[in-house]
Amino acid sequence: MGLNAAFEVRDDVLIVRLSGELDHHEAEQLRSNWKDMIYQHAIKHIILNLEAVSFMDSSGLGVVLGRYKEVTQLGGEMVICSISSSVKRLFEMSGLFKIVRLEDDENHALATLGVA
Amino acid sequence: MKNEMSIQFSSLSENESFARVTVAAFVSQLDPTMDELTEIKTVVSEAVTNAIIHGYHNQPAGVITITCVLHDDEVEITVKDNGCGINNLEEARQPLYTSKPELERSGMGFTIIENFMDAVDVISSNNEGTIIHMKKQLTKTKTVCK
Repeated sequence: MGLNAAFEVRDDVLIVRLSGELDHHEAEQLRSNWKDMIYQHAIKHIILNLEAVSFMDSSGLGVVLGRYKEVTQLGGEMVICSISSSVKRLFEMSGLFKIVRLEDDENHALATLGVA
Repeated sequence: MKNEMSIQFSSLSENESFARVTVAAFVSQLDPTMDELTEIKTVVSEAVTNAIIHGYHNQPAGVITITCVLHDDEVEITVKDNGCGINNLEEARQPLYTSKPELERSGMGFTIIENFMDAVDVISSNNEGTIIHMKKQLTKTKTVCK
């Protein structure tokens, strides 16, 4: 089972919906596609929807941290939503919630970024 | 009763999911909780990724060996490579430390392994390789309804 990434731009927000397993093997392709989306569209913020992610390891954390840095340089922020308990533990362990915001679902996340 | 298996495969990132799913399938015999199974899959993924990226510098010609031993409620997993070895083990085990920041490594691999397993031993020597030996005690009380 691989990883599937779907991207959608709403105003200045890039919504990234991941499903499947995010490991080192999948991380490289995801990074390249995600970077393209960031720099080819006039976006400022990222919402990362992890609802359908069944597995993630530290390679996944690396990709998320990398995009966090990019979106911060654009003056925006990263919001993570619909996270499973196992992925949440990984994020807690790495201190990621000190820098990214967690919201229950995409609609909440969009509302906090001013997108109706 | 003791039960043991080992697998050997090329140092290709495609094999990361094969490795963790195979170990998880073997450990399933002990009827672990879903959380325990996720933890085991995660540590196997971390150790194999370390071997591929750091041990073999992404060269596919390397060989990785995983041995998994089950006895009673204990799982023992050994991940071995014959790669370049780790220069400074203490440094490598620090949270957020990475020797390859340019590859966007989070530096959390060993920290995750240490958090998810009860005992972790790393033996490494220059140009000979690295052995990560891990143990985890599974909870004995299982929920009745599944």
